[in-house]
Amino acid sequence: MATKVLADAGLKVAVVEAGPFFDPANPEQQTQLKWPHESPRRGASNRRPFGDFDTAYGGWEIEGEPYTHSGDTKFDWFRSRMLGGRTNHWGRISLRFGPRDFKGKDRDGLGENWPIGYDDLKPYYDKVDQLIGIFGSKENMSNEPDGFFLPPPKPRLHELYFIKGAQKANVPVIPARLSILTKRINNDRGICFYCNQCNRSCSVYADFSAGSCLIFPAQKSGGQVDLYVDSMVKEVTVDENGKATGVNYVNKEDKREYSIKARVVILAASACSTARILLNSKSTKHPNGLGNSSNLVGKYLHDSTGADRMAFIPDLMNRKRYNEDGVGGMHVYTPWWLDNKKLDFPRGYHLEVWGGMGMPSYGFGFDPNMFNKFFGEKVGGYGDHLRADVKKYYGSLVGISGRGESIAMKENYCEIDPDTVDEYGIPVLRFHYKWSDFEKKQAVHMNDTFEEIFENMGGKLLGERPGADKDFGLHTPGRIIHEVGTTRMGSDPKTSVVNEFERLHDVDNVFIVDAGPFVSQADKNPTWTIMALSWRTSDFIIEELKKQNI
Amino acid sequence: MERRESIKAMMLGSFGTSLLLQSCLDTSAEQLQEKIWKYQYGRTPKEAAHDRKLLGQQFFDEHQMKLIGRLADLILPPHDNGSTTEAEVPGFIEFIAKDIPSLQSPLKSGLKWLEEESNKQFQGSFLNISEGDQKSILDHIAFQVEGVEKQPDGIAFFSLIRDLVMTGYFTSEVGLKDLGYMGNIPNVWDGIPEDVLKDHDVAYDEAWLAKCIDQNTRNEIAKWDKNGNLLN
Repeated sequence: MATKVLADAGLKVAVVEAGPFFDPANPEQQTQLKWPHESPRRGASNRRPFGDFDTAYGGWEIEGEPYTHSGDTKFDWFRSRMLGGRTNHWGRISLRFGPRDFKGKDRDGLGENWPIGYDDLKPYYDKVDQLIGIFGSKENMSNEPDGFFLPPPKPRLHELYFIKGAQKANVPVIPARLSILTKRINNDRGICFYCNQCNRSCSVYADFSAGSCLIFPAQKSGGQVDLYVDSMVKEVTVDENGKATGVNYVNKEDKREYSIKARVVILAASACSTARILLNSKSTKHPNGLGNSSNLVGKYLHDSTGADRMAFIPDLMNRKRYNEDGVGGMHVYTPWWLDNKKLDFPRGYHLEVWGGMGMPSYGFGFDPNMFNKFFGEKVGGYGDHLRADVKKYYGSLVGISGRGESIAMKENYCEIDPDTVDEYGIPVLRFHYKWSDFEKKQAVHMNDTFEEIFENMGGKLLGERPGADKDFGLHTPGRIIHEVGTTRMGSDPKTSVVNEFERLHDVDNVFIVDAGPFVSQADKNPTWTIMALSWRTSDFIIEELKKQNI
Repeated sequence: MERRESIKAMMLGSFGTSLLLQSCLDTSAEQLQEKIWKYQYGRTPKEAAHDRKLLGQQFFDEHQMKLIGRLADLILPPHDNGSTTEAEVPGFIEFIAKDIPSLQSPLKSGLKWLEEESNKQFQGSFLNISEGDQKSILDHIAFQVEGVEKQPDGIAFFSLIRDLVMTGYFTSEVGLKDLGYMGNIPNVWDGIPEDVLKDHDVAYDEAWLAKCIDQNTRNEIAKWDKNGNLLN
């Protein structure tokens, strides 16, 4: 977002990207509309973690780029090394933070309030909506602010079942809010053609990816954008006064180090990568790492909570066939609906629903007639009946995912591991992260909700309800890929890393425009807020440059 | 030249013989080039090199491949809608065994167990005994044993090979068609068909529908008033 806003303002921007150039319209990189049999492993997820056709070059593990953990704590760190990074494959769920989300501490005394509120960001959310495009509906809910929406797609069949089941449990359901173009917003980008494959990155640019919607348009309209790809930033360089002068990066091809000089350095490497760069940028003026006089760089790391459950819905057996791919994600969802005063955990979660007659991939057809057990029939066997069994049960599986807000805690952090470097010789991150009772109790509540809704849908729950030994179904921290908070925002330089314009308290020409500055993450997916903040920060940078303050 | 053809020519040119000499141990140059060309699915250079390496190697010997083919046909007998041969199930199993090394030992020892069992019970290779005899072996391993921690060898193996056969079939061109999957094609989603709504005794809520996209307007460039109300 910063690249687009700054380049449009006539500034010269060098984008330094750790992975290759990527354009979803390039036939040699495109995976959209490929069939499972076009992959020799039929799309299996042993190479790319979300399957062969998912457009993230990387994953939780990247050869040559390790990270470590303190003690027995766990954190899984997802990185996507390509132009546009994780925006090429993300879920496109684009939720504004509401007024309440910026001031959590006022309600429950936990964590910290943001130094800004919804009114500061609203104009930027509005601009992001119109520039990038998002479908949704006006609902007038106090903490789910409406925006400039394109109309949503109609629900699918399993989503109607979900709506019925949820409503019976007094759980509201509204149209989803995804950054996918159900209607044209300009003549440069296409319109959704309902292939359900946003995670493959759209070749007609009908969904939001940073490359196709920000960087390419910035270049097309004459912006001075220089792309440095396969270039791994190592550190921010500073002059004798401690002011940033640019960055040093390692060219992945020749493994040599190069420098770029700049008046302003903007970090958007993702929360943990940005913390790593700052901590690795040690100098006489900043012996502790850049921007780290508070010792808080890397602290307050937090990911969304996540738990899921699946059920078999007998009413969805023997389905009539038609194309119900729809957009790449849910058409309906449940925003957080309860009052925490009456609950034993702080903060909320939203519900995502999935299911339907999707395209098979590796794994489809495993345990082909496992649902027979619900009818007292034998499971297993061989022969022609297996073909019929698979067809009978196709489309009868529904899943619900809860995605919630965790509490930012100083004890959850990333730091530099003094004993390990990556293949480029750059010191790596060591993580320390544990879920607290807040998140565990929230997960218990999620499971109650899943069960009640599925029961109302006539569903048969699959698997056992996860107990304490499994953290009540909570995914390992990092698995929801919403990690935020490592360079948090605040007015006091002693208790925060950046100010409300995402500028380092310690250095006035370094800004952070990823999710590092998040004080708390809400139960909302971070992308829309990252972009609104980034736009606001970019406007601030432009003004400061005009006033010659930087 | 068509784009596809030109890319093909470029690829064949660029892989050239040097790569083939490096990585191809078990497969002829022509066979490997054909295999490589078959899988064009947006790989990074590193991923493509990994695929090429595996495609040039042979994990199961000819006899084992025949056993896999025979098992596949017993698990999912040939049918007018498609067969495991048309679905290229054995080739897929050969590849995935190389790609997921944890599958190798269970598959190879399972095939060995099958041959031993066949020799013991019917004094011949599984490939040479009658279909009835083959099925009589399978009948003992086709269902899970209740109430045990670890399934006996033959049963665990059969469950694995059945999974691979089923997934290999239904992810193939014939299998997808047989299943009736109708997507992966540009289209305009305009809701659940009327007859399906009726069959399931569900209906769209009118207020909800009013919020949804009128697909006749999808091509008009969106305009809003200053409060975010869509005007068209």
